[in-house]
Amino acid sequence: MSDNVEKYIKRKVYKSTSSDIAQKFVDAGLEQMRACINCGTCTGSCPSGRRTAYRTRVAIRKALTGDVSVLQDIDIWLCSTCYYCYERCPRNIPVTDMIIKLRNIAVEEGYILDSHFGLANNIFYATGHGVPCNAENQKQWRDLRESYGLPALPPTVHSYPEAVKECQTLMNEVGFKDLMDNAAKLKEERKAAAEKAEAEKKAKEEEKS
Amino acid sequence: MSEYKWRYGLFLGCVIPNRYPMIERSIRDVFEELDAELLDLPGASCCPAPGVFRAFHIPTWLVIAARNISIAEELGVNPITGCNGCYGTLRDAWFDLEHNPEEKKHIQTILAKVGRTYKGNLEPKHIVQALYLDMGLNYLRDRIKYKFNDLKVGVHYGCHIVKPSDKRPWDGEYENPTFLDEIVELTGAKSIPYKDKFMCCGAGGAVRTAVKEVAADFTREKLTNMRDVGVDIIINCCPFCHLQLDLGQVEVNNFYKDIIGEPFKIPVIYITQLLGLAMGMDPNRLGLMKNHELTGVSPFTSIEPFLNLVKEQL
Repeated sequence: MSDNVEKYIKRKVYKSTSSDIAQKFVDAGLEQMRACINCGTCTGSCPSGRRTAYRTRVAIRKALTGDVSVLQDIDIWLCSTCYYCYERCPRNIPVTDMIIKLRNIAVEEGYILDSHFGLANNIFYATGHGVPCNAENQKQWRDLRESYGLPALPPTVHSYPEAVKECQTLMNEVGFKDLMDNAAKLKEERKAAAEKAEAEKKAKEEEKS
Repeated sequence: MSEYKWRYGLFLGCVIPNRYPMIERSIRDVFEELDAELLDLPGASCCPAPGVFRAFHIPTWLVIAARNISIAEELGVNPITGCNGCYGTLRDAWFDLEHNPEEKKHIQTILAKVGRTYKGNLEPKHIVQALYLDMGLNYLRDRIKYKFNDLKVGVHYGCHIVKPSDKRPWDGEYENPTFLDEIVELTGAKSIPYKDKFMCCGAGGAVRTAVKEVAADFTREKLTNMRDVGVDIIINCCPFCHLQLDLGQVEVNNFYKDIIGEPFKIPVIYITQLLGLAMGMDPNRLGLMKNHELTGVSPFTSIEPFLNLVKEQL
């Protein structure tokens, strides 16, 4: 990207946000979305948008104008990554990949659903599988495997404990654990702040009455 | 040296071995029957799932995917998967690294720290890709023993087997692919066209984990469209779609009972289960017979109606 283009993007696109977030959008290559002509093919092709409030074009627009709410809303997590928007975009923006990058930034900022956090931190990191069958309360799945003449545990990380450690080493190396710990911390801080605000509001109301 | 005609490294992923082992059974035995050797990939992990883990942290997704591919490389075979999600991850990661030498070098450096080497010389494949492109329809046709001429099939492709199309082997076709229908119709069954046939099942992209009701609403629409044209069964080639259409069918019947009319009860069958049956294989080798008294396990939607339909013809 030329210096001029970069300057233009920073001036025109990200002026309304905190500079940190703006920088993250630029670093993630989201300036590709500058090619968007706002035609709405992405939204029109989106099977999720037919039944939810998720509007692909709106998410793109918000990211372009540096509107942080795109990271906070659940909307971008309702994309099923079916890739119709990616395929059909007349400006060749890899839309789905842009949404994935937005999600990466959201997680960095601690905006991750509890269910997703649990899946990432307690299941994937801990076992090496996204859907494991080796927990104590998952015996029925191991029995089911055996009923089809398969070993109780597949020849995956489930059968090789050292492979789980190897995966964890790799994940630590690229910063996955730190990312999760940071997301947990940010989530906790926000929760505490919200509770505090709620308590103060209540106290004020009580004072009034 | 192996005497088989083809050799692959079977990348199992998570949902196939840990929730739908009947699919694993059928893939292993059908490939054996087709003279293709499937080597295990010892210590392989989650691919990692593209909708969740890639969405959380792309570097983690890339390095773990490269590790999984490197296990197949060590054995000198192409990794092959029966899951669209795993296919999406392994193939996209492989493609991205082949087109980004700098990133590839970076990933290689990290993998070297745990004693692994990544070359990128072996293209990750899907089961269906091997059937259709490596073996070919003529090879499969010669092995068909039974024809299910009265069977009406709703074919569900899923998304990541065809998209993103620039990283797939189907010559850029994504709006109206036919390869899976062609394999289905080798068995004499008829693939019935239905509205929005290529629509997503709803499970992917972290949606199922985020809001189950939204995922189930995708599924409701698909099931309704399939029932409208009178399909007997659903054939698919992805265990996560399989889960969403099977377990999700129960959820649809529960969440949306007020708007769907009759509850859905469409058997969901994986492509190698149907193909193997047409090849005259023992249904036990295809994971089609229940040999247990377990409760709360897959399949959640009974496949008895399917077995009854094909029993008469066998």
